[in-house]
Amino acid sequence: MAKKQYSFYPGCSSQKGASSSNYLVSVQTMCEELDIQLNEIPDWNCCAASIGYAGGGELPRLTLSARNIALSEQHNAGQDIVATCAACWLSTREAAERLHEDQSLLAECNTALAEAGLKLKNATPIKHMAEVLVEDIGYDTIAAKVKKPLSGIKIAGYVGCQTNRPFGIAGESYENPRYLDKLVEALGGDALTGYEKKVQCCGGALAFSEPAKSQEMVKGIIEAAYDHGADLIVTPCPVCQMNVEVYQDEINATYGTQFKMPVVYYSNLMAVAFGRSAKDAALNAQIIPAKALDDLAAK
Amino acid sequence: MSDLNTAMVERYRTNFLKEVEANVEEGEWVKMCMQCGVCSGSCPLGKFWAHPPQEIFMMIRAGKREEVLSSDSMWMCTSCYNCIVRCPRELPITHIMHGLATYAKRLGLVPQNQPTAKFAQLFWDNLMKKGRVNELKLGLALYFMNGFGEGVKTALKKQKLGMNMMKTGRMNPMEILGGHAVKDLSGFQKVIQKAQELEDARIAQHGARQGA
Repeated sequence: MAKKQYSFYPGCSSQKGASSSNYLVSVQTMCEELDIQLNEIPDWNCCAASIGYAGGGELPRLTLSARNIALSEQHNAGQDIVATCAACWLSTREAAERLHEDQSLLAECNTALAEAGLKLKNATPIKHMAEVLVEDIGYDTIAAKVKKPLSGIKIAGYVGCQTNRPFGIAGESYENPRYLDKLVEALGGDALTGYEKKVQCCGGALAFSEPAKSQEMVKGIIEAAYDHGADLIVTPCPVCQMNVEVYQDEINATYGTQFKMPVVYYSNLMAVAFGRSAKDAALNAQIIPAKALDDLAAK
Repeated sequence: MSDLNTAMVERYRTNFLKEVEANVEEGEWVKMCMQCGVCSGSCPLGKFWAHPPQEIFMMIRAGKREEVLSSDSMWMCTSCYNCIVRCPRELPITHIMHGLATYAKRLGLVPQNQPTAKFAQLFWDNLMKKGRVNELKLGLALYFMNGFGEGVKTALKKQKLGMNMMKTGRMNPMEILGGHAVKDLSGFQKVIQKAQELEDARIAQHGARQGA
């Protein structure tokens, strides 16, 4: 089978030594197994995420994404852009749509891009990796690749916000998206389909500026996973992963809880289920080890 | 009060709605709000907003300029997009809230020490330096954004978290020495600076033209 090729936008947090570098490692492993080739957009820049708005206004922010799309159109012509980070995907797709609707903004944007000899055609589909898995690859193909089913592992699918709204995955509802559960089931795991906090906000970037408010929400997200007997939480978003995993000590200190809930990416699950090592699955980067996955990878 | 703020007050004197429509991202949608309140009920931090989105939209139409622009309400937006997907009239509420926050900042009306406003600026300055975010420097800047004394306390409190991130390879102390960057940094900076100039000029012109 010919490899599927995409123009890849990895984003700041996935770089070596950054907070979701483990996401990138496991995505690369997953893509090897699924015959997906990711061609990095040369010299990509930050998208400003959902917090850059106050420092940069509308046009500077849209231009950040426009530079990435223009570079992709120049160097990876004809390839759909795929992002693994929810905020990268959202910002890029939002910019493409806004610049499509507003021709005067597009003209200003191209005037700015011309400073570096770039031009935006704005004719490139922009996808999240979850869309690639669900729409381009499909659950059946994924299930057929499984060598070590995640049998008996109870998994709460935490979809979060920005992979789900405002764009979401085609055919899924905003209020009760099921694709993570279906993915878990395709891997032979036990999907906790009644997990009611699946689309609850974790606070996003406000985890940094308003930690108490954010951690109150994260507490609910973890508590509900325990209530359903989860062994671990799975998410498609680097901000969700970080916010829900790394503050558990602080939440325990504030609320007297004893949380120790592993939070992993879908790509960690897939790398293990496809029979790859704990290292290839980047399990060594869990602050709260995902024991069920470690054990399975070691088998 | 900033000069631009004075100019905008002069120009739009009696019509704050027009001012928002002309100068705030997606502001032309405000008058479409039908006051159902679904946005306010859907907001994860709703209980912390002095004026939830529905109220903000009505206040804009009622000309409550000062109350809206100096409110810290829109700085509570987590960008979860619940309001956008639930709004029966499909107002891009998240973007309007971001737009109001940015406009208030442009006019110098943000409440003192609003933490998200400060963090958002740190984030932007950080990404503009190298074209990519340096998480280590951003984290340190965040700890120290309210002064040195509080910064040391926060850094100590966060020591274990930092160690956890480092041990798992998810934070690199060497990033302090420069870190990841785009290669065509001067081209990148010229592009964004140009975009900034174009937007500033467009909005300054609104303030300069007399008679709304």
